[in-house]
Amino acid sequence: MALDSKIPSGPMAMKWSNHKQDSKLINPKNKRKYTVLVVGSGLAGSSAAATLSELGYQVKCFCFQDSPRRAHSIAAQGGINAAKNYQNDGDSVHRLFYDTVKGGDFRAREANVHRLAEVSVNIIDQCVAQGVPFAREYGGGLANRSFGGAQVSRTFYARGQTGQQLLLGAYSALNKEINRGGVKMYPRTEMLDVVVVDGHAKGIITRNLVTGKIEAHAGDAVLLCTGGYGNVFYLSTNAMGCNVTATWRAHKKGAYFANPCYTQIHPTCIPVSGDYQSKLTLMSESLRNDGRVWVPKKASDVGKPPAQIPEEDRDYYLERKYPSFGNLAPRDISSRAAKEACDEGRGVGPGGRGVYLDFAESIQLFGQKTIAERYGNLFDMYERITGESAYKQPMRIYPAVHYTMGGLWVDYNLMSNLPGLHVLGEANFSDHGANRLGASALMQGLADGYFVIPTTIAPYLVTQKPASVTTDHPEFKKALEEATQRTRKFLDIKGKRSVDSFHRELGLLVWDKCGMARDKAGLEEALRKIPALREEFWSSVIVPGSGEACNPELEKAGRVADFMEFAELLCQDALHREESCGGHFRTEHQYPDGEARRDDDNFCYSAAWEYTGDLSKPNLNKEPLNFEEVHLTVRSYK
Amino acid sequence: MSLLNLQLKVWRQNRGQSGHFQDIEAKDIPDHASFLEMMDIVNERLIAKGEEPVAFDHDCREGICGMCSMTINGVPHGPEKATTTCQLHMRKFRTGDTIWIEPFRATAFPVIKDLVVDRGAFDRIQQAGGFVTVRTGSAPDANAILIGKEVADAAMDAAACIGCGACVAACKNASAMLFVSAKAGQLNSLPQGQPEKDRRTLAMVRQMDKEGFGNCTNHYECEAACPKEISVRWITKLNRDYAVAAVKESFVGQQERAEGGE
Amino acid sequence: MSAVLDSLSRFYASSIGKKILVALTGAVLVIFVLGHMIGNLLIFAGPDAINEYGHMLQTALHGGGVWIARLGLLAAVAIHILATVQLTRQNRVARHDPYRQQKPQVSSKSSRAMIWSGLTILAFIVYHLLHFTVRVGNEYNGEAYKTELHGETVHNVYKMVIDGFSWAPASIFYIIAMALLYSHLSHGVSSLFQTLGLTTHRTAPVFKTLGHAYATLILVGNCSIPVAIWLFGYGR
Repeated sequence: MALDSKIPSGPMAMKWSNHKQDSKLINPKNKRKYTVLVVGSGLAGSSAAATLSELGYQVKCFCFQDSPRRAHSIAAQGGINAAKNYQNDGDSVHRLFYDTVKGGDFRAREANVHRLAEVSVNIIDQCVAQGVPFAREYGGGLANRSFGGAQVSRTFYARGQTGQQLLLGAYSALNKEINRGGVKMYPRTEMLDVVVVDGHAKGIITRNLVTGKIEAHAGDAVLLCTGGYGNVFYLSTNAMGCNVTATWRAHKKGAYFANPCYTQIHPTCIPVSGDYQSKLTLMSESLRNDGRVWVPKKASDVGKPPAQIPEEDRDYYLERKYPSFGNLAPRDISSRAAKEACDEGRGVGPGGRGVYLDFAESIQLFGQKTIAERYGNLFDMYERITGESAYKQPMRIYPAVHYTMGGLWVDYNLMSNLPGLHVLGEANFSDHGANRLGASALMQGLADGYFVIPTTIAPYLVTQKPASVTTDHPEFKKALEEATQRTRKFLDIKGKRSVDSFHRELGLLVWDKCGMARDKAGLEEALRKIPALREEFWSSVIVPGSGEACNPELEKAGRVADFMEFAELLCQDALHREESCGGHFRTEHQYPDGEARRDDDNFCYSAAWEYTGDLSKPNLNKEPLNFEEVHLTVRSYK
Repeated sequence: MSLLNLQLKVWRQNRGQSGHFQDIEAKDIPDHASFLEMMDIVNERLIAKGEEPVAFDHDCREGICGMCSMTINGVPHGPEKATTTCQLHMRKFRTGDTIWIEPFRATAFPVIKDLVVDRGAFDRIQQAGGFVTVRTGSAPDANAILIGKEVADAAMDAAACIGCGACVAACKNASAMLFVSAKAGQLNSLPQGQPEKDRRTLAMVRQMDKEGFGNCTNHYECEAACPKEISVRWITKLNRDYAVAAVKESFVGQQERAEGGE
Repeated sequence: MSAVLDSLSRFYASSIGKKILVALTGAVLVIFVLGHMIGNLLIFAGPDAINEYGHMLQTALHGGGVWIARLGLLAAVAIHILATVQLTRQNRVARHDPYRQQKPQVSSKSSRAMIWSGLTILAFIVYHLLHFTVRVGNEYNGEAYKTELHGETVHNVYKMVIDGFSWAPASIFYIIAMALLYSHLSHGVSSLFQTLGLTTHRTAPVFKTLGHAYATLILVGNCSIPVAIWLFGYGR
């Protein structure tokens, strides 16, 4: 099928305005006849549900957590970008657009990114009006900081918990609409499948995680706002519940999955301490401003206490390899450098997967008090988790999966190729290309929910007769039966191995072969092993308990089963993309100095994968990327 | 790293039934593991023995989502100050310790299974009035509303609440006042929250009462248990805001309110 | 009219409304115990001083003053008790399945035992009123307890108190009740500022210290009378 991205005509800066002008409207009296199903209640889901309800649509919103306020958007620490130029430092919509396209290593759709930069300013206005307590100056104006290597200060923040505050803002808007009766909320309700009627997404199948009841919900459109798939690696900075199920189920019902190989690694996380490790904790990148990264020069020194390794035996590899950026080298570069050092046997700490981030010099230079003022809370968090004081000995850090840029393919209206199925936030692929800039994830989630979908859903809905399909339709009965059977199947296997043991094995494999650096041989090996592991899962997993009550093991089983299938597509995409760009690094494709080598002649497209019924043979659809405004350049951080 | 041998007394309960403690031997627990990772290990062993694992709520495991709960040795979120259960690590325990693990107990938080409780009451309180009525797209420029740093910082202190329910769990009376006061207080102290301050305060307190929480008797156990160290001074403010709102509601009509400039 | 009543009844029905009434009536009673103590301490100024004080209370506003005060206090006590009993019952219901292990971190025993100290004080008040105000089961209304003051026949409060506290069980019960009153006030005084919304970050420690100091003052002042009479034979 040909992919129609529906990019509006006209000059880049006018596309969004033109599109809003040209989009059809729905009469207020008719809006209330339409039901929209919103799956997920993070920044994208809450903001979309609230805003669509304000417009008059009937909204049902679903989340698997016990409250919509707990979605994983809550964990974002750093901030949210907006082209407000309150600092008068030369920022503009165009500059934010430019930085995002370039930061995405030229693998994003320009028109979407420009729209994102345009609406970024409205997001801040909206959040402030809701009572989000952003940091402020003494004069009462909003404070900004520079983030993730940006040359302007355009990041708005609320202490170290911007994600929580923005989510609580969106949640309050959602509450307002629940109170008014426009939104019906379904917490502790997990989506198991999408229901497709006559080629259109017209409903979902859910499981009530308290009673176990499997139910069908019909609507005129379905919005998936279900986040990323970082937990395919098992260990990531994602919350334990984050999963690919909603997007993967939609994929199997016909929606294309685009660019799954674009996964972002965060360089400063607390390393794994043992095989019981359940998740990884991110430490703010700001630490790299005052910390120096090193490993011992000799592999024989890794077991020694760091204080006993003299200066001349330490390798400050980032300063050595990237003299101009040093310890502030970009996320992917510093991540890979850490991996290389550990691959050479020079990693420190349990398992040898860690590098030192040393503050000794800064403490000597500025005094412990100053360092404590800057990073006290991070040092405390580090000590709580590791039991070590970073004032006395170097921190140990290691990269971890943090965000996934890939997701379901969507057009300019955020609708997937499956009519009626819209995808917002991290769950779609649209705005970050191959790499996401710091403080842009929150921006995208809220842009999609507050400002984009309320406009772009109408062009689809006007083509639909409201409430034309009910759950009595045979497709619903069929989907309901399938979901019930699948749930029963997990319980009936009664094998020997726990769900977590499978998830852990899958994660280790994918991290090893399709993590920070990938190569053909490794990916092919993974592609051989994943189906075998999947087969073992379906024959020997054990899920205790019943399906008719709260059963966390059953929930995990469903999610891991989908990761088992998704992992194969992830590796296939990584294998097919014979270039290095952004969060995808193929060791075969690098410059002699280790920089990623992009191949714009052959790979300047988004890869939208189509499910064919055979997991090993997905069909590739390409959306060519045209760059009208930003010219393709090679980035260099030397 | 050393290994710990622990004796767990874990609350087991099915929805709508009465519960009991189960004695579980937890041997060879790495002291670097988090409390929830200890529970993971215990559950893996239960599954291997063909038993049902202990159900507990958790999600982000970095102390911000507010999903994890558990009352550990009589203290919500366990013995470490300003720390959620997921951030509590086993090095805080000694080998040979007996650890009592109970759910967050309150009538308004019915047990769903084992240590999992239903905190939907918090959502309903927020739905009753925990918002500023502003439509998407209708907001003025963000810097059109100037808010002094001190006010913004204070509002942020209240906004740090993660809605975990430890305040209710710690309170002798299972009162939700710290939660409600932090949520109402954040908006009531900001200029954006002023137009519907009285309405919000009355609505949230009435919903809180309806949910069956107990009453605050100023013991401040909530503050001691709060992983985000929310101050009981927010309760002072809620008491004050409620008194003012109730007096106005009783004795002041719409017109007089308009004359008062509201 | 009915709108006002509706709102007031909703106020009383709410948790914070009841607590505010507890705090306001508590404030009345806190002030009363101080006044009551100062009056009683006149016993150390000799028979004429306390008898004159007693007579003044009885005859103020042609005898109406004492009844106004009594009714006011009765109302305060009634509301204070009714509201706290209702609040306590709600608190019990709010955790129907109690913890098997619960470890308080910061609260004092006094604060957790308010309902018990309060109810014991209530029992004491009933006894105290029967003993010294209504004077049942004793001879205090008899001729032996009349005396001459400025040419008038007045009640001999001095003799009544000395005789009353010379009986060990009365003194002991009094001292126990005062110890519980101390406990009650040590939490109650600072607590009422919190409930009335008057505490700030800065004044919180001040109110806490003030509460303890006030409770100590009342304890020492009130106990000095039975101790002086019963143990040291003052006035006997």
